[in-house]
Amino acid sequence: MTAYLLKRFAIALATLVLASMVVFAVLEILPGDPARLMLGMNASADQVELLRNQMGLNAPLAWRYLHWAGGLLSLDFGRSYTYSVPVLDLVRERLAVSLPLALIALALSTIIAIPVGLFSASRRGRAGDTVAMGAAQLGVAVPNFWFALMLIYVFAVWLRLVPAGGFPGWGAGIWPAAKSLMLPAVALALPQAAILARVTRSALIEVLNEDYIRTARAKGLPYRAVLWRHALRNAMIPVLTILGLQFAFLLAGTIIIENVFYLPGLGRLVFQAITQRDLIVVESVVMLLVAAVIAVNLVVDLSYAVVDPRLRSRQ
Amino acid sequence: MSLLEIENLSLTIGDTPILKDLQLSVAPGEVMGLVGESGSGKSMTALTTMRLLPHAARATGRVSFDGIDILAATEDQMCALRGDDIGMVFQEPMTALNPVKTIGEQVAEGIRWHTKASRAEAEERARKMLDRVGLPSAKFPLSRYPHELSGGQRQRVVIAIACALKPKLLIADEPTTALDVVIQAQILDLLRDLVAESRMGLLLISHDLAVVTEMADRITILRRGEVMETGETARTLSEQLDPYTRQLAQASMHVPARAKPHATGEGKPLLEVEGVTRDYPGRRIALFRRAPDIRAVDDVSLAMAPGQSVALVGRSGCGKSTLARMILALDRPKSGTIRFRGETITDKGEAELKPARRDMQPVFQDPYGSFDPRQKVEKLVAEPLHVLEKQPTRAERREMVAHALHEVGLDQRDMDKYPHEFSGGQRQRLSIARAIITRPKLVVADEPVSALDVSIRAQILDLFAELNQKLGIAYLFITHDLTVARAITDEVLVMHDGKIVERGKTSEVLDHPQSEAAKALVAAAPDLHRAIARRMQEQG
Repeated sequence: MTAYLLKRFAIALATLVLASMVVFAVLEILPGDPARLMLGMNASADQVELLRNQMGLNAPLAWRYLHWAGGLLSLDFGRSYTYSVPVLDLVRERLAVSLPLALIALALSTIIAIPVGLFSASRRGRAGDTVAMGAAQLGVAVPNFWFALMLIYVFAVWLRLVPAGGFPGWGAGIWPAAKSLMLPAVALALPQAAILARVTRSALIEVLNEDYIRTARAKGLPYRAVLWRHALRNAMIPVLTILGLQFAFLLAGTIIIENVFYLPGLGRLVFQAITQRDLIVVESVVMLLVAAVIAVNLVVDLSYAVVDPRLRSRQ
Repeated sequence: MSLLEIENLSLTIGDTPILKDLQLSVAPGEVMGLVGESGSGKSMTALTTMRLLPHAARATGRVSFDGIDILAATEDQMCALRGDDIGMVFQEPMTALNPVKTIGEQVAEGIRWHTKASRAEAEERARKMLDRVGLPSAKFPLSRYPHELSGGQRQRVVIAIACALKPKLLIADEPTTALDVVIQAQILDLLRDLVAESRMGLLLISHDLAVVTEMADRITILRRGEVMETGETARTLSEQLDPYTRQLAQASMHVPARAKPHATGEGKPLLEVEGVTRDYPGRRIALFRRAPDIRAVDDVSLAMAPGQSVALVGRSGCGKSTLARMILALDRPKSGTIRFRGETITDKGEAELKPARRDMQPVFQDPYGSFDPRQKVEKLVAEPLHVLEKQPTRAERREMVAHALHEVGLDQRDMDKYPHEFSGGQRQRLSIARAIITRPKLVVADEPVSALDVSIRAQILDLFAELNQKLGIAYLFITHDLTVARAITDEVLVMHDGKIVERGKTSEVLDHPQSEAAKALVAAAPDLHRAIARRMQEQG
């Protein structure tokens, strides 16, 4: 068990280091001199050189990488070129929108998908299954920004239950803030829930054909009890895998959804930073997203061991 | 006064008839043996009694258990019966237990469900039941998971689940087919004791006539969904009134006609194994610590002459398959050498091994799993041809495949079919065709007939014997089934804990075993002759 945990931790750490090298290298390769960019086209070569020295851009590559990576570790992400404020403050502010959004969406998609998967698997081939899986098919096919527009039309424009966009900030109170995250979270969650429901269904169907399901039935357990007590937990491994992968998609999805709903989140920040060539912000946000995805996948790996005792005793 | 009474049971799944007018009864304390080949409807009879049939199945007739009309009972009534009054044990112990729940949870679950006992009470009863089936608490605490147990131990857990509430009827569907003979004998003893203890009725389903004869008071013989014969075991099997009964009995005892063994001892030996040892790394017990290595094969030496047929017998886990893999150069020994036709193969690279690979071919146990279902027979049977020095042309290849198919008794037109179009026995013929297409000098066959029905098994054994005569192929048969060893081999090697503990002429070793391991194997092996004789004495 400890061996399994340590191995997973080591792999996560190595991935993180490797990812940081790639992110750093890509930004090194990209054309454009940040110093020149900051000072504008009219600056003299001397001025640029001076700023380059100040920013440490003339130091050797390895040293600059270590300096940058060391900064990341001490939460010093540098200053944004365009906003002229520490990147950390910028990110922290935006994270207060994006993190709750992603978590609500993830929770929502799980809460929708698993019961639908159970329902479909237990009625395989019957009308209920066909309808549920048809809906799931639709959910996979339709892009989330279109969902977002439909949701805005129905719930904001027509029913006037929630705002159509914008974010009042957590300072305005939990309820108004949460209300403005509701539609974006649903728009993010539905396509993910559709995929997850299909995975849950097929994982369950496979498990329901296993011999131990018959053993459980022969014990006298009714079908529903067998489904919940024996099948679901065994079907969890593929479901968890997809859940982990989906987290990365959710984060990417926030870029579109935050733009549709006009939310001041990380997605919008990174979108703006790219258009404004604010590379230090891009770099930091990308590293943050990478770290989040790796962390989530580590959690998924650890939860495998919770679900499946065979992994605990293997090396 | 029967416990279970099945009358005129007919069953269809979709449009396919499975059972026709089946009659069967089991009295309290009685062991009823239900025998038949695969597809005869044995398991479906069991599942009908449990009402666990597939959705598309339709049953008519009458099944009454203890006065309850099973076919008309509600699902709630059935849930109350299952696990409480009727227990069931299945064939495949490796997959019959939920891998993510402890054995304690799984045994206690049914007890809690039916008796509404508290968790502690249920666990106490589960503990007692596990003790009863031979899994004492010191070595097998309730917190063990199925993957920590061997096949025989898992089958004991399954039996504990089925018998935890002292059912009136136990249905055991091929309970020992996946186990080696020694463990089979232990499990059968356990079932016999449980029957005697509480006058439980036992419906024992098996394809193995010898096992059923040893166990059953009465026997019902099933063929294609119809009862061929039913009656007292000893009388039914000694009189063999029905031709099918006779056919089954003969097939189970079938010994292929073989001419005198090929001239042995002259010339160079075909295969020499000298002091071969193979270790597997032990289980990791901490981050940087492992249990000591497990010695799978321990200083084994043997020699085979050209055309000789040798059996390598032993219990599961004794190292026989590891040894076979090393002989086939699929694995390397830690120390020792293996020479094939005088050439050392243990230190050669893949390219240098080509000539040796051409001259030795494997036949595996599972005729279903050893073929790629998406390729045609022509390609599958021609697979080993890539080791030939000169690659045959397309036409030559078809010619060779046709010839190989002919030799194993299949039609050459079969080469354009896919594996699923063949029955189990035909598929095993295909794997033999695949093995002989390179004209090998040695075929290593790992349990080649243990997945087959008795009549098919007899045919395949005949085929092996015929090819041995015709092509002079030497065989190394790896098996736990002594009947097979006796039928087809000249010499036998008995393996135990990685070592060869006894060797000699097959008939001598099997009739007068000297080593403990060989004695245990012989004593545990079901033997139809012996079983009938004993039954005759008991039943008069």
